[in-house]
Amino acid sequence: MSFNEIRQRAIKKWEDLQQGKKPLILVGTATCGRSAGAMEVLDALRKVIKNHNVDCDIIEVGCIGMCYAEPLVYISKPESPSILYGEITAGKVEELVKGDILNNKPLCDYALGTVGDKVLDGIPKLFETPVMKPQVRRVLKRCGFIDPTDIDHYIANSGYSGLEKALKLKPEQIIEEMKDSGLRGRGGAGFPAWRKWQFCRDAKGEQKYIVCNADEGDPGAYMNRSLLESDPHSILEGMIIAGYAIGATRGYIYCRAEYPLALERLHLAIKQAKEYGIIGNKVLNSDFNFQMKIKEGAGAFVCGEETALIASIEGERGMPRPRPPFPAISGLWQKPTIINNVETLSSVSHILQNSASWFTEYGSEKSKGTKTFALVGKVKRAGLVEVPLGITLKEMIYDIGGGVLDDKKLKAVQTGGPSGGSIPANMIDIEVDYDSLNQVGTIMGSGGMVVMDEDNCMVDVARFFLDFTQKESCGKCVPCRLGTKQMLEVLDKITEGKGEPQDIELLDELCEAVTKGSLCGLGQTAPNPVLTTIRYFRDEYEAHINDKKCLAASCKALMHFEIQPDKCIGCQLCVKACPVNVITGEKRQPQVIDQAKCVKCGMCFESCPTKIQAVKKVPGNFVEKEEG
Amino acid sequence: MTASLDEIFSKFEGKEEELIPVLQSVQHAHGYLSKETMFAIAKFTRVPESRVYGVATFYAQFRFTPIGENHVMVCRGTACHVRGAPRLLEEIENQLDIKEGETTKDGKYSLETVACIGCCGLAPCIMVNNKVEAKLTPKKAAELFKKEK
Repeated sequence: MSFNEIRQRAIKKWEDLQQGKKPLILVGTATCGRSAGAMEVLDALRKVIKNHNVDCDIIEVGCIGMCYAEPLVYISKPESPSILYGEITAGKVEELVKGDILNNKPLCDYALGTVGDKVLDGIPKLFETPVMKPQVRRVLKRCGFIDPTDIDHYIANSGYSGLEKALKLKPEQIIEEMKDSGLRGRGGAGFPAWRKWQFCRDAKGEQKYIVCNADEGDPGAYMNRSLLESDPHSILEGMIIAGYAIGATRGYIYCRAEYPLALERLHLAIKQAKEYGIIGNKVLNSDFNFQMKIKEGAGAFVCGEETALIASIEGERGMPRPRPPFPAISGLWQKPTIINNVETLSSVSHILQNSASWFTEYGSEKSKGTKTFALVGKVKRAGLVEVPLGITLKEMIYDIGGGVLDDKKLKAVQTGGPSGGSIPANMIDIEVDYDSLNQVGTIMGSGGMVVMDEDNCMVDVARFFLDFTQKESCGKCVPCRLGTKQMLEVLDKITEGKGEPQDIELLDELCEAVTKGSLCGLGQTAPNPVLTTIRYFRDEYEAHINDKKCLAASCKALMHFEIQPDKCIGCQLCVKACPVNVITGEKRQPQVIDQAKCVKCGMCFESCPTKIQAVKKVPGNFVEKEEG
Repeated sequence: MTASLDEIFSKFEGKEEELIPVLQSVQHAHGYLSKETMFAIAKFTRVPESRVYGVATFYAQFRFTPIGENHVMVCRGTACHVRGAPRLLEEIENQLDIKEGETTKDGKYSLETVACIGCCGLAPCIMVNNKVEAKLTPKKAAELFKKEK
């Protein structure tokens, strides 16, 4: 069968599903949906549908990105608008099916929005809602709407048409198209994708390789996982196009083992693509041959660094080596190799399916296109979002994210994971693009964006990241191995209340040495969280060191708990919760904590009813008030 | 029945570059890598045993002692951290009466921390036997493990 015939058949299948006479139910079962109970919802749906003898199709889809509202169920019926429902637990399924499907009465309370041209009273249009309106969904376009385990769904939605187009072009023309698009690497550093490809294209060598870096190790980021689970073929398509452009006939996907579902979907996607003649000899009946293999990572953050990743694929300890030579010249088994991030490769397929000028419709002058972010932490609507580069941080947190959780005060936003830094609240008018973020001391990174509020201690945040990089340092070069350890020890000391005045200066010196002396990106960027927190939150460091106070009342050694007598109603829930029995008082009278014996576990704080909130975290250690 | 080493090896060619996938397959089948299996892997891939150890100990995924019936992984990613993962870990350690990296005496639970599960939108979360428990509080975590103790 020719690709055109395959496509016609896929489109027919897709249209029958979308415009059929039966209702269509989509359930988001990516990892985040599953952790919120999507599989139980799916079971319940199947049962209820059977009990009521409803004739309909149920399909598992990926993630639309609205993690805060999981599990998500999308119902589409002939003759009425499609509705996306949020927070549908298994217990609500019966009500949903009876209401929406059997009685044709949409449940406005659970509805997040409608999709399509038709409107409904009482339910907003999904893409007009505050969370969706500022977003431009291109890489995530199909996520949550197609079945990621069915290649036909991908093909029916212009999938593999980019590859079809690419194979009719000369490799140089593809690189030229990439140059016009201005696409920069989405893994963090932002190197122009076309230039890297050009190096590899020009490099001499019979065998070349294209590697997809799916070793998303940044704690607090999951853009790639979601994309791999929701639209895996877009990454395969990008890889094959890249392979053709640089002259590589073999591709490897290096995906972390912590993503079992992503791996499962990738294996299936490759199998399907082989069956359709998209991977293998004579790709889409052209003269181009392309093979693809998956390599599972084994839990080492440093393997996100390209030379370490190469060592890991070769079966070695994942340790980086000095560059040059760059992998584009000498990489996997000393052959020219290109390593691109998941989102970069997915963008490649979108650019070829559309065009370079389509890609540059959005973005800022030096940062073209859109970028996905994992907007998480202390934000009301946590989730996966895609925005045009150049959007302000403020729009992302307050419009898309809906503001800070529990309406607390915003303190900082951390971007770029352990290699990035924290941006203080007074700078949130900053535009989100590669260069603006670099200017304030952080990086764009792969897209992690962690919101922090007044309860988060910035010294602790710096300590947290150093704890991470110190554990993940491979140990090859001295500045990183010993420097991160020393920095962590100083930060530990400060958060434990043993900080000394010269510690800030010492940290500054260590940061410089580690930045300048480390072999790879892990060490070179490890000081960023420390440098930015010292730069923007020096007062917090000084309070820890000089006043022995954690201003956020988060570091245990530098805070204590108090029960406010005017708020306490004497319910004694805290007395029952206290593991060391140091809270005393009469029933219905204010309770008192014996500070000398308190272990600061926080059980009293957590057990106090949310309406009362009599237990308070107080910065600094308890000081006895003088009598009289 | 767990697959024998020969069964696992039959799926590979015995090339050096297969070392990590072989280690992964063996651990997947046996739960951990014993001294004997490490020796057999070295022989099969024709890589010196010292290097097999070198590679295996480098990666966080590999373990050399058996794990408990239930594998509990507490996420220590950034989103989980700022939303209270340290308190969560403390509470689970209390309930199971073990520290991170240990297994309960009855062999029922092993407790580990992991860099990031990738469920940051529903933080803080833990993974119990590949199933993610999301939006946890110390209270919910206590209930989760209390009944089992």
